[in-house]
Amino acid sequence: MQTFAYERPATLAEAVALLEAHGPDARVLAGGTDLVIRLRDGSARPRVVIDVKRIAELSPTIREHEGIVTIGATTVMTDLADSKLVRRLFEALAEAAAVVGSVQIRNRATLAGNICNASPAADTAPPLLVYGAVVVATGPQGTRRIPISEFFVRSGVTTLERSELVVAVELPVPTSRTGAAHLRRTRRRGHDLASVTVCCSVDANGVTRLSYGSVGPRPVLTVDETGVLADPTAADAAKAPILERMFADASPSKRSMRASPEYRLAMLRVLGSRAVRTAIERLASDAPVEE
Amino acid sequence: METRSINIVVNGRGRALEVAVHHTLLDVLRDDLELTGTKECCLVGECGACTVVVDGRIVDSCLMLAVEADGAEILTVEGLAQDGQLSPLQQAFLDKGAVQCGFCTPGQLMAAQALLDGNADPSVAEIQEGLAGNLCRCGCYFQITEAVLSAAEGGHR
Ligand SMILES: Cc1cc2nc3c(=O)[nH]c(=O)nc-3n(C[C@H](O)[C@H](O)[C@H](O)COP(=O)(O)OP(=O)(O)OC[C@H]3O[C@@H](n4cnc5c(N)ncnc54)[C@H](O)[C@@H]3O)c2cc1C
Ligand code: FES
Ligand code: FES
Repeated sequence: MQTFAYERPATLAEAVALLEAHGPDARVLAGGTDLVIRLRDGSARPRVVIDVKRIAELSPTIREHEGIVTIGATTVMTDLADSKLVRRLFEALAEAAAVVGSVQIRNRATLAGNICNASPAADTAPPLLVYGAVVVATGPQGTRRIPISEFFVRSGVTTLERSELVVAVELPVPTSRTGAAHLRRTRRRGHDLASVTVCCSVDANGVTRLSYGSVGPRPVLTVDETGVLADPTAADAAKAPILERMFADASPSKRSMRASPEYRLAMLRVLGSRAVRTAIERLASDAPVEE
Repeated sequence: METRSINIVVNGRGRALEVAVHHTLLDVLRDDLELTGTKECCLVGECGACTVVVDGRIVDSCLMLAVEADGAEILTVEGLAQDGQLSPLQQAFLDKGAVQCGFCTPGQLMAAQALLDGNADPSVAEIQEGLAGNLCRCGCYFQITEAVLSAAEGGHR
């Protein structure tokens, strides 16, 4: 492997100072499941690697406070998938974390690493979009909150500034009952990124949020407020045109080795309808007992 | 080349090491500590041949820098046998014919042991999920699953 210097700051201030001092020569290291591969194949060539796993402010904690669940940047997929809090409030995010790679990968892969790497196939992206997550980023200018819908630009590129770090991801606790599901299509379990990812939530007010990834440069969020999609009694024929409009932003690459654009679009429709159905079922099964 | 001193416990034995910061845990285990049971293969986190247990969790040691392990407790395949006695899981691999060329075996054993440590009586589906990150090019998957089932608490099924 190429050589580089290694820094292990203990505080957020130290880490930001290092990022500022080294500019484009620095690279943040979290779980390394993306970065170490790139250090080895030479597609990333930082002079300094900054390991953020021992920074208290980024610690792998998941806590709820005043209607917001805050997930520390270095929280790994294993802990996200196992968290009772996440499973209860953000089931589709737990579901997404549980299908990332293999056990070995999930034990290292962090939530922040997944979004900062900004692969269009990142499994946590659709649920974060559906749940209206906010990325907490700290840099030399202080801390700002970036709605996840304004975070992804294209593969490997986000709206994070060069000297900014993701400290945590915040999720607002849904104010009305919600059912949600994350689905994906892969060639092989445990070793491959998805060729289509879909997440859907429906809430008690009839709002449907549908998000999908791997079919364009960045994951997409669409919202239906007509109530038709969320309506368990509405006919498929009534839902189909709404879904078609929601999928209009899909533009899968022709160059991908994983799947052809035709296949991805076909699978997007299948998984999209399935995700809507599952979300509706989950909302119904979660319904409080009628008095 | 930058180096750094780290302290790790490997198979119960404390080690103070000076490691190159760009070396992976896999490099250090194999080259510095001469623990060559852990195998190097794909180097991209797909095959699991390099699987070791770090602080109770399995990781692909090809994707972890050795410096990142500073302060950690590590278990490699060399740490499974006690006093020259194979562990029940290792014995089960032999008994069920789960080893052909044996190249994937150390990684399979570490993943299976970690699975059993967290779930004493896994189902076939749970075993397949727990070992999904470990490829076997000899195709011993059926026998490996059998071995893990027989080593599990509920065993002998
Ligand atoms: C075999 C294998 C299978 C995989 N399967 C999947 C899969 O099924 N689904 C999926 O979504 N992904 C998958 N991945 C990709 C990867 O595991 C995830 O993207 C993971 O979440 C990355 O997190 P990390 O902590 O390992 O990131 P790292 O590799 O440490 O970092 C990734 C990028 O994010 C930056 N970064 C990390 N943390 C921060 C921070 N706090 N602030 C600012 N920048 C930061 C780094 O500089 C780097 O550019 C797989 C990878 C492998 C090797
Ligand atoms: S060598 Fe590490 S996963 Fe293949
Ligand atoms: S026994 Fe040969 S690779 Fe598994």
